[in-house]
Amino acid sequence: MSIAELEKPSVEQARATSFYEASARARVRLLLDPGSFVEFIGPEKREVSPHLKLFDLPEQFDDGIIVGHGRLAGSPVFIAAQEGRFMGGAFGEVHGAKLVGLLRAAKELKSIPVLILFDTGGVRLQEANAGELAIAEIMRAVIEARTAGVKVIGLIGGRSGCYGGGGLIAGCCSALAVSEQGRIAVSGPEVIETNRGVEEFDSRDRALVWRTMGGKHRRLIGGADLFADDTVQAFREAALELLETTAGFGIDTLNAEQSRLEDRLQRFGACRDAVDIWVAEGVPDAGSVPALPADQFIELADKVRRIARDAR
Amino acid sequence: MEDLSFHHQARTRAGGTRQMAIIGVVASGNLEVLAERVLPETECLLEIKTAAEGFGEVWDAVVADFVERYSPGGLKFSINDGGARPDTVSLRLAQAVRLMAEDEQ
Repeated sequence: MSIAELEKPSVEQARATSFYEASARARVRLLLDPGSFVEFIGPEKREVSPHLKLFDLPEQFDDGIIVGHGRLAGSPVFIAAQEGRFMGGAFGEVHGAKLVGLLRAAKELKSIPVLILFDTGGVRLQEANAGELAIAEIMRAVIEARTAGVKVIGLIGGRSGCYGGGGLIAGCCSALAVSEQGRIAVSGPEVIETNRGVEEFDSRDRALVWRTMGGKHRRLIGGADLFADDTVQAFREAALELLETTAGFGIDTLNAEQSRLEDRLQRFGACRDAVDIWVAEGVPDAGSVPALPADQFIELADKVRRIARDAR
Repeated sequence: MEDLSFHHQARTRAGGTRQMAIIGVVASGNLEVLAERVLPETECLLEIKTAAEGFGEVWDAVVADFVERYSPGGLKFSINDGGARPDTVSLRLAQAVRLMAEDEQ
């Protein structure tokens, strides 16, 4: 029997795929309704980075990000997905411009939400200035889209996590869903250790990295709105829930967000470790949180921390 | 970086009607293959940009074996290679032909 004759997996089976392990293209294809994805500036356009050649580095035809539109449970959405395996999913000039274009299109149309599947270490060092400018343009485009009434939902569960400028952009989104593997931060573990010393942060202490930047901690301190198990199906359900529950955006939202962050700083500012924060939050048996399976963690998180729907 | 190009005659046209397919990512030990149905039915072209210089003969052998096994007539393959091993290259090329034989999405 040839490979082609093997039975194709059903949509449900395919969506049980690990989000972390899947490529950006597989995530987009499986997250959206089957066959609904249409790509803008696809790989056949060969819109590659103008900078990598100068460094004698290989290019990728989509410059590490896929943008387009499709349907989620029948409703139209814009979607962008970073490929974390190409240069750590880092933002370069073209990569950033594709996301800016998508967000501006959403702003014009006002009614179609945007899903951003982050998977990035931050700015691509080989095109640092262009990449930093891209981060700034994207943050502005996210806020302008939200001001126009567009919901911008971030989904974070890739191997490169969401670091550097990616963490800043995530902070501008209407809402975030994260899996345990989907770390969110600005400076990564090695960066902190290099700048502040190993006493401040030991980047080789993986347990420390996960409990400081991992999805469970982000959910418990309110940085992420939902915690998702590591499957495409779980992220699809999280996206649908966030699109349903996320409120509009205005000065009241920003004031609520400011209060939320001030309150967080006041309550947890003196904590030395994530576990101290969980104890202060009233998490029973806080030390066991990192080992909790996803379903039990979600139950715990829902009990401990109600999501502040008026903030962000 | 090194650019390589291989032009072959294929016995038959590649199956399916799909115009374009892409598989793989550019990472260490990996590659992406973009397949496009843009050539006459018995022609086959592979254009490769590789980070691993000096392996032209290995590519020649891998490509010749691929064309012999799959007869991808009418297809142009554009490859960005991050230094993949020959078995990974063969796998991605086979996956690309298979995707082109499937229905759209």
